[in-house]
Amino acid sequence: MDWTPPRFSLRALAVWRRNFLVWRKLAIPSVLGNLADPMIYMFGLGYGLGSLMPEALPQFHGASYIAFLATGTVCASAMNAASFEALYSGFSRMHVQKTWEAIMNAPVSLDDVVVGELLWAASKATLSGTAILVVVSALGLVQPPMALAVLPIVFLVGLAFAALGLIVTALAPSYDFFMYYFTLFVTPMTLLSGVFFPLEQLPAAFQAAATVLPLAHGVEAIRPMLFGRLPEGLAVHLAVLAAVTVVALWIAVALTRRRLLR
Amino acid sequence: MAGGRILDAEGLRKSYDGREVVAGVSFSLRPGECYGLLGPNGAGKTTTLRCCLGLTAPDAGSITLAGEPVPARAREARARVGVVPQFDNLDPDFTAAENLRVYARYFGIKGDAMDARVPELLGFAGLSGKENTGIKTLSGGMKRRLTLARALVNDPDLLILDEPTTGLDPQARHLIWERLKRLMSAGKTILLTTHFMDEAERLCQRLAIMDDGRIIAEGAPRDLIRGHIEPQVVEVYGEGAPEWASAEAGRFTRRCEVSGETAFCYVADAAPLLAHLEERPALRSLHRPANLEDVFLKLTGRELRD
Repeated sequence: MDWTPPRFSLRALAVWRRNFLVWRKLAIPSVLGNLADPMIYMFGLGYGLGSLMPEALPQFHGASYIAFLATGTVCASAMNAASFEALYSGFSRMHVQKTWEAIMNAPVSLDDVVVGELLWAASKATLSGTAILVVVSALGLVQPPMALAVLPIVFLVGLAFAALGLIVTALAPSYDFFMYYFTLFVTPMTLLSGVFFPLEQLPAAFQAAATVLPLAHGVEAIRPMLFGRLPEGLAVHLAVLAAVTVVALWIAVALTRRRLLR
Repeated sequence: MAGGRILDAEGLRKSYDGREVVAGVSFSLRPGECYGLLGPNGAGKTTTLRCCLGLTAPDAGSITLAGEPVPARAREARARVGVVPQFDNLDPDFTAAENLRVYARYFGIKGDAMDARVPELLGFAGLSGKENTGIKTLSGGMKRRLTLARALVNDPDLLILDEPTTGLDPQARHLIWERLKRLMSAGKTILLTTHFMDEAERLCQRLAIMDDGRIIAEGAPRDLIRGHIEPQVVEVYGEGAPEWASAEAGRFTRRCEVSGETAFCYVADAAPLLAHLEERPALRSLHRPANLEDVFLKLTGRELRD
């Protein structure tokens, strides 16, 4: 395998732009689709379970359960949007439509294509996170000024999960393969990352496991900011997300080279 | 291009899982010519093209494309090249015009520069009026022509076409050939692979016949026919043709190949054989000049390649 570091150029932006132009054709249904799923969970669980916990608990950063859940949902929906884009849509472009092959006949390298896809999936994650932030801000569940400041972190969460997703795409024989990734990785991680309930409620072993989960770091970084406070250990959280992005992108590029440039 | 060769491949080798798919291929294109790579399925044509474009690294050998070493500077080299791949990979999410505009971006060509080019390219492809048509509603021939137009967005010096007319009906093939001839008269160099002999004979000034990863013959179509095969062919078919071939053909020809119910007799002078066949009304025959397909079959055999 060719493990030389990814070498990309500004041509990656042409790949990003291609995906953006396709998305723009169906932007409104796409945004509504991105919003519907997390909103249903957030309002369903938030009001349903939240009604059992009328007090603002310290475990919820002194906020209501629905506000606690909303701040986690911003992160989880960014992860989901990036993952879906890198897996299903990326696989369509790479394997089904052969769009990547067409692009690589132009002066665009495979590394450019993968980086373009990475940036695009992270952009969609940011869009998804933004859409949810707009709704929860309008409901007064979070502090708007700080909410703007979390967008770069949402983008970073998107980058990390886009890069991880691109590894899976590079290995996938068919769409069915992605179910394993969601069932075995994404869903358990969502439960272990403090999206639905505080991590402190879990046994110590699970809490320890959560320290290596990128989503947990995303939630830990974003949630306090949405409540108007600077998070503890922000640098560590950002460093973990950045490291996951770099390492996963490197692996994804090497695997995609093996798949397409053989 | 700073005096660089348009395409120069020297000693290319490429193996997959221990099987050598390209086994020492060398060829060189002269500016302005159309050069064909012919070969049965699996001969190594597509792999050779992929090496030339820097999409896979050869195990051995060297490539210069548009004056640049490949794969080291493949990206720079591809800026001067247009590619028509074997299978259409137009972008199904875009219209015909959008396909050209988006593809131009991959070459760093911005929207304004394409404003005049898009109608021109669509016109060249016989797709005027289809600007806003989605790819899914285009016919196979239209898609092929749009793919050709897409390969021209960067006004390339070299056009590489991998089986450009496979799967097209005769009308569509003739249209593609006519367009390729126009491009040649405009000074473009063309490299194409095909397994249609008439296509190669019609378009290529020079061609190479590939088999088992090697070039087994190279030259102008006429020279290949002259050099490798008797000038006349008499095809004998009808009831008892194979039996006739084994019993009597040897008196008239040194080379007679039987394929199914037909005997192909290669001769320098067909007159004695034709006179003989006059007396055998049960046998039917077709007399024609030898063509590239005869050379191809002689060199690569008649067995099926799958």
